[in-house]
Amino acid sequence: MTETTDLDVREGVDRETVETVQNMGSYKYGWDTEIEMDYAPKGLNEDIVRLISEKNNEPEWMTEWRLEAFRRWQTMTEPKWAMLNYPEIDFQDQYYYARPKSMEEKPKSLDEVDPKLLATYEKLGIPLKEQMILAGVEGADEAPAEGRKVAVDAVFDSVSVGTTFKDELAKAGVIFCSISEAIREHPELVKKYLGSVVPQSDNFFATLNSAVFSDGSFVYVPPGVRCPMELSTYFRINAENTGQFERTLIIADKGSYVSYLEGCTAPQRDTNQLHAAVVELVILEDAEVKYSTVQNWFPGDEEGKGGIYNFVTKRADCREARAKVMWTQVETGSAITWKYPSCILRGDESQGEFYSIAIANNFQQADTGTKMIHLGKNTRSRIVSKGISAGKAQNTYRGLVTMHPKATNSRNYTQCDSLLIGDQCGAHTVPYIEVKNTSSRVEHEATTSKVDDDQLFYCRSRGMDEEEAVALVVNGFCREVLQALPMEFAMEAQSLVAISLEGSVG
Amino acid sequence: MLKIDNLHVKLEEEDKQILKGLSLEVPAGQVHAIMGPNGSGKSTLSYVLSGRDGYEVTDGDATLDGESLLEMEPEERAAAGLFLAFQYPVEIPGVGNMTFLRTAVNAQRKARGQDELSSGEFLKIVRAKAKDLQIDAEMLKRPVNVGFSGGEKKRNEILQMAMLEPRMCIMDETDSGLDVDAMRLVSEGVNALRDAGRSFLVITHYQRLLNHIKPDVVHIMSNGRIVKSGGPELALEVEENGYGDLLAEAG
Repeated sequence: MTETTDLDVREGVDRETVETVQNMGSYKYGWDTEIEMDYAPKGLNEDIVRLISEKNNEPEWMTEWRLEAFRRWQTMTEPKWAMLNYPEIDFQDQYYYARPKSMEEKPKSLDEVDPKLLATYEKLGIPLKEQMILAGVEGADEAPAEGRKVAVDAVFDSVSVGTTFKDELAKAGVIFCSISEAIREHPELVKKYLGSVVPQSDNFFATLNSAVFSDGSFVYVPPGVRCPMELSTYFRINAENTGQFERTLIIADKGSYVSYLEGCTAPQRDTNQLHAAVVELVILEDAEVKYSTVQNWFPGDEEGKGGIYNFVTKRADCREARAKVMWTQVETGSAITWKYPSCILRGDESQGEFYSIAIANNFQQADTGTKMIHLGKNTRSRIVSKGISAGKAQNTYRGLVTMHPKATNSRNYTQCDSLLIGDQCGAHTVPYIEVKNTSSRVEHEATTSKVDDDQLFYCRSRGMDEEEAVALVVNGFCREVLQALPMEFAMEAQSLVAISLEGSVG
Repeated sequence: MLKIDNLHVKLEEEDKQILKGLSLEVPAGQVHAIMGPNGSGKSTLSYVLSGRDGYEVTDGDATLDGESLLEMEPEERAAAGLFLAFQYPVEIPGVGNMTFLRTAVNAQRKARGQDELSSGEFLKIVRAKAKDLQIDAEMLKRPVNVGFSGGEKKRNEILQMAMLEPRMCIMDETDSGLDVDAMRLVSEGVNALRDAGRSFLVITHYQRLLNHIKPDVVHIMSNGRIVKSGGPELALEVEENGYGDLLAEAG
């Protein structure tokens, strides 16, 4: 019987893909919401930083922390080593703060949130109202209720508009709220951990984020607690010429477990929008964090106009023994992607995993990968990267695996596969490997292949149209990574794979 | 059912004529076999009928129930009821055999305006049909044709045929690489599908398969044409004497 259920679910997932391919336009989330916005003036200076801090009712120490970052940022230059081509970004020609006017007085519950905002999220398919989710759970008698519940924190432009399931999480001792709320309500935790994985001075974009981040999510899972549901954040950029700088901080205390999902969309605009986020994971002894991302920011149109510039710093610190982290990402959106979710394997026997699907179509450019920094003894890491390039896109895997002298008996396995669709795209693999002890082992495997005409013909001769056939073959290529995603996300990811490759053949 | 009329086909990339005026008619409910020496154009015929790229039809036509196949996309031909059992079934890594089958079945149902099968219905049907072909649950889960033995690949083709229920089945050397037991299983699978509304075009080198799947008509193909047609006895003649005499006779 178990086997049947297993098969049923997988089957359902695949059917979803096919349906989605047929039902959807090329970028489904490209509409915008007309909401009165409150902007800070364009440009960036100390006053703007202070204003952001003030708008969030932050304590003095936070303001100082931001200013310190801002001063540092002014001395830094934008990194240019990635295989990315884009016009110079004028950082003074951006809005650094935008929020819906109705959010000026923070709503106390979801009922007070502007219905237009809620409608936006509903359109995105994100159930913000707890009742809706609960109704869904009650309807599904046989389904394990635990697995179905997802607590959501939704971030609209610069501010968090609501977090669901707070009470239930609080019962378990889990704190899940917006970061601005955490700064006010849990300053001791924020002070202790903010910037402890990605320091203010880390890199140009992370430092910028440290100065101007407006909101984001905060999670604390206390010792020994297995978070009773999946936690999820949905980011949406709506306002034009607005940068989005969210900051996520997750702390998994000793022996705890949490699975966190992150999704992103943005309206279709012909100007480029800037997104520079920072995600910090702190994982203590015997704790485990799974962090999954489906990134579907607007990729620009078929001529390469518009799209999000996505510069993200994500890092997990397995700070103590046997800490475990798993990054899974499905990157289908953005005009430019610059992102390397990394693992610092500091604790002995800690483990890091990175599973990635990066799809670049039309004029998209992706430079993405990971860093596995082995510091502790007997540490393990695994990298599975699937890059798909179509149209005129360029897709680069850039990875660093380093075994420090003290990281004895450690291991890494890296598998890096690239798939090309058409003859005008590019796939590049840039692995850096440093081994500074004699007992560790590093393996690297890489392949590059083209979508095979025989495979497509075989599928089509069985009745699938060309796009279904491509989606099926590409989903097969990505299988190992899709399987690493939580079920609900796997479905969404499969559909996205299909959608983002529309029009890539023929 | 299937009518091929004076079909001329050349390779797209080079100036090489493969089919040179081939004509053939398979009425509903009949099994026709095509035999012929290597290089006579048998596989090309099966590919052209199912719509593979790389061939150019320079003259003639092929119709299924009066509708020209040549203008249709491969998936439209499949939805119209044409099926090709491949000589070399293609591997698709990472795609479960079951997923593949279900996507194909539902794509065709959708194209014909039928409701898709629910996963429960689908499972029930596929399990029953797989059992007849001695395909176990494990093989249904494995990626399409990846690591399958020759016999498993061919049985899998027949399973697809059984699931898709085409009206016109073309089998391209399905017997190649099969041992005696696999040959029997495949033939039983095919025979179970024979009915008044379904036709078969069986391409083979050997009479052996035709002992199991009894043809109504046997065609001998050479140099891009049918040079002789007759009853099952024609296959026996080839088996005994080779193609030499027949071809000389056809001149």
